[in-house]
Amino acid sequence: MSIAVQATGVRREFDGRVVLGGVDLEIRRGEFVALLGASGSGKTTLLRILAGLDSPDAGEVLVPRQRTVVFQEPRLIPSQRVLGNVALGLPRGAATRETARAALAEVGLADHARAWPATLSGGEAQRVALARALVREPGLLLLDEPFAALDALTRLKMQDLVADLVARHRPAVLLVTHDVDEAIRLADRVAVLGGGRLVLDEAVSTARPRDESDPAFAALRRRLLSELGVTPAGQAVAA
Amino acid sequence: MTAVETGFAESESSESSEPSESFETSETSESFESSESFESDPTEAPLELVTPQVRRERRRPRGLAFALRALGPIVILAGWWTASATGVLTKDLLASPPDVVRQGVDLWRSGQLSEALTVSLGRAGTGLFFGVVVGLLLGVTAGFSRIGDDLLDSAVQTLRALPFLSLVPLFMVWFGIGEAARIILIAVATTFPMYVSTSGAVRNADRKLLEAARTFGLGKLATVRRIVLPGALPALLSGLRLSTTLSVIALIAAEEINSTAGLGYLMAQAQNFSRTDILTVCILIYGLLGLAADILIRALERVLMPWRAAVGGTR
Repeated sequence: MSIAVQATGVRREFDGRVVLGGVDLEIRRGEFVALLGASGSGKTTLLRILAGLDSPDAGEVLVPRQRTVVFQEPRLIPSQRVLGNVALGLPRGAATRETARAALAEVGLADHARAWPATLSGGEAQRVALARALVREPGLLLLDEPFAALDALTRLKMQDLVADLVARHRPAVLLVTHDVDEAIRLADRVAVLGGGRLVLDEAVSTARPRDESDPAFAALRRRLLSELGVTPAGQAVAA
Repeated sequence: MTAVETGFAESESSESSEPSESFETSETSESFESSESFESDPTEAPLELVTPQVRRERRRPRGLAFALRALGPIVILAGWWTASATGVLTKDLLASPPDVVRQGVDLWRSGQLSEALTVSLGRAGTGLFFGVVVGLLLGVTAGFSRIGDDLLDSAVQTLRALPFLSLVPLFMVWFGIGEAARIILIAVATTFPMYVSTSGAVRNADRKLLEAARTFGLGKLATVRRIVLPGALPALLSGLRLSTTLSVIALIAAEEINSTAGLGYLMAQAQNFSRTDILTVCILIYGLLGLAADILIRALERVLMPWRAAVGGTR
């Protein structure tokens, strides 16, 4: 498979504090990579570097020209209707409106095209953000904890929706998350960032759709949690 | 093969189809068709990769910013100087920069200038103070409470539409030709920009924060002081800028009311004797006053809104 992201030796410091100390990451086209890490481990910094919102102090980054980001908050523009938000930055015209409408239909919000962002629920707003990211057919889709602010039920639905949309559009995906289950459920590969490096990077071999009761799921979950510094004792009780 | 084609057609549907490219891609993916279905289709085609161009805000050296700011006034000064030196501007039209500087120094030495400045700044400052306080109070009332808005806004907006210069004769009748009339005129003039900025900003206070404040049992006054006013500060300070400028304009008008001291008086005298050098000194002083006020308010911004500087940096 061809390469969509090639990052080598990415380094980033903030006021002398090393957040990324030489990270190597490669994502193939159409591959879904989940990046886990404790709070402050530099997950978001790496994502911002791949998005072109921040530049590394050292190292090389190669990404597709067309990349889009879904942030933790929807970041919809309050002065534009939902359709306008989805079509944001695209050339104006009837064709664009149709594409945007189709993208909205894909996230199940076809009848909200004329709504103002302020009137949407959190889950709906995040679905609009997702439609806005996918309507450009990105080579790389960057998801920065997009479900973190949603309630548990909406989160599960959103995860299914993302899995479905990604399977259909096949962008390379980097999902930054702190939710181990979410990472295993969605990703082709999971990586763990710790101490400024990738301390773990492995393919998820469990067959889809993935079930938490699968022993392989549970084993991977345990290993990821221990990499993230969660004590296995509490884990044993939960399992 | 058909599955591959439809999948591909969908992902490319937004762009105008380029037959040659699509053909190439579907051919490459054909060889992988036997593998798992989600491992096939256009992901095999090589993707053009780029290094992202980051728009990073670089910190400019302080000196550069200052030099750039000084550039405009220097260009104007240089133009004036050349025009005077080459004789395009004659003395009876506008005095040359050296003459103006000399005259300024003379006026300062004789004490006339410092006396006029003290008197004028006192008037402008007092008027501005009352104007800003009244504008702030009215603005918060109108912006924060619906009944206040209903009662005040249309009245203030009507008054605001009156050119304050047209009030000068009326004020002379009402308040006499003394100091009070001048200060009231400046206060009235400076109330309105402050009112417009304040009421607008207060009306747009963050509803979520107001809601949070209510759940914590904050009273109305505390809410205004802790949440509404800090949120409105940027707008308040731009209102203050407008008011400050206007206070100087109103000052000139006010000092035409039978005054015997102040910058306006100095100008009136110079006008009578066609002294363009003194006139220019006064005009320059008005300009410098505006500049000083601007610098002061910028400093005020930094002092009053320390939380803004905190997010100016990285991340």
